[in-house]
Amino acid sequence: MKVSLTLNGEPRQIEVEPYRSLLDMLRNEAGLTGTKKGCDVGDCGACTVLVDGKPLNSCLMLGVEAQGCEVLTIEGIQPAPDRLHPLQESFMRLGGAQCGFCTPGMIMMALALLEENPHPTEDEIRFGIAGNICRCTGYTRIVEAIQACVKK
Amino acid sequence: MRRFEYFEPATLGEAAALLERYQGRAQPLAGGTDLLVELKEQLRRADCVVNLKRIPGIGGLSFDARAGLRIGALATAREVETSPFVLQHYASLAQAARELGSIQVRNRATIIGNICRASPSADTLPPLIADGAQATIHGAAGERRVALETFFTGPGRTVLQPGELVTELLVPAPGPRTGKVYIKHGRRKAMELATVGVAVTLSDTQVRIVLGAVAPTPIRAALAERLLAGKKPDAALLERAAQAAADESRPISNVRASAEYRREMVRVLTRRALERALEAVR
Repeated sequence: MKVSLTLNGEPRQIEVEPYRSLLDMLRNEAGLTGTKKGCDVGDCGACTVLVDGKPLNSCLMLGVEAQGCEVLTIEGIQPAPDRLHPLQESFMRLGGAQCGFCTPGMIMMALALLEENPHPTEDEIRFGIAGNICRCTGYTRIVEAIQACVKK
Repeated sequence: MRRFEYFEPATLGEAAALLERYQGRAQPLAGGTDLLVELKEQLRRADCVVNLKRIPGIGGLSFDARAGLRIGALATAREVETSPFVLQHYASLAQAARELGSIQVRNRATIIGNICRASPSADTLPPLIADGAQATIHGAAGERRVALETFFTGPGRTVLQPGELVTELLVPAPGPRTGKVYIKHGRRKAMELATVGVAVTLSDTQVRIVLGAVAPTPIRAALAERLLAGKKPDAALLERAAQAAADESRPISNVRASAEYRREMVRVLTRRALERALEAVR
């Protein structure tokens, strides 16, 4: 089936079988491997992307369901090719990324969280990223990296 | 995932016809957060997936002070959890929705999908039953309405016939001075299935107690309700009611908890839920 969508701000047409997830479509058909496949069943959050502004597990959505949608992945958040998003800077600077596997999903979730609630408390941040598993950092530095991006 | 045929029907009639034609080999898709997991893990088989999201008129979430709450088939857990009128009038449902999976899951998962999946531990079932919700079911023969309390027939099993779809839930408007509480007990704070869930809806005139994850379906704690009916409960009566609820529960032992532990938690949490609900109407 042919799927027409806006992917990271650009109109795209992608051919995909109806039984492939959005995650597989992004990685295998669109070549965007920044979005990670961890558990593939909605438990780990590594595959988090924004669809029409809402964070979701791309492993739990069919690729064909993205017809007519706006999909934003980690590849689409930089303001310019040579500049990083403040969350990316912050995760690097404050040690929010170690092995890096959860980082794209974590940053996409943080992006959605700050969009919805520009001044979250620590509890609200922890509640927001409850669906993103990190096995390296113990979360403290991730929370600090997100807090550093809260507008004063 | 195994190969399947995929349809996006434009009407309920088309969807029902597809589901009936393929009988048990077709699966309706709304949120997909359970369906896709079960297809990937081969717990469920689908030769055909029927996406309901292009059908007009079956979404939405609305509230009317007299008619109550209407939850459309496509309304997500996240919409329910963040809705001002759900938070105000259906506090236990909002709480249960908030404890389902993650925000990513709740942005997709639908309340009606949670109902139709009929997991004994599903969070939204006890508060909806405690609030007296009714399900509207669409089928080839027309529409019928079923009290949610009688909708579940076993783990993963409901009264739905092949080709039937739940199109909405109707939840009565709360009367004056109504307290609603849902308490979920699990091993961790988030991304957890309930070990025990207790919902209480009480007012001056009635009390409903619904237990989740301690029987093949969610169950009313009828004996406990009867003990409390028409009384202004003191601590001793609350304790007797909580014990009655524990005695009425029929939990199993599994990887999450033993039956004995679950039964004891029913007692503790029923008492706590009743106290909090009374507190809310004081």
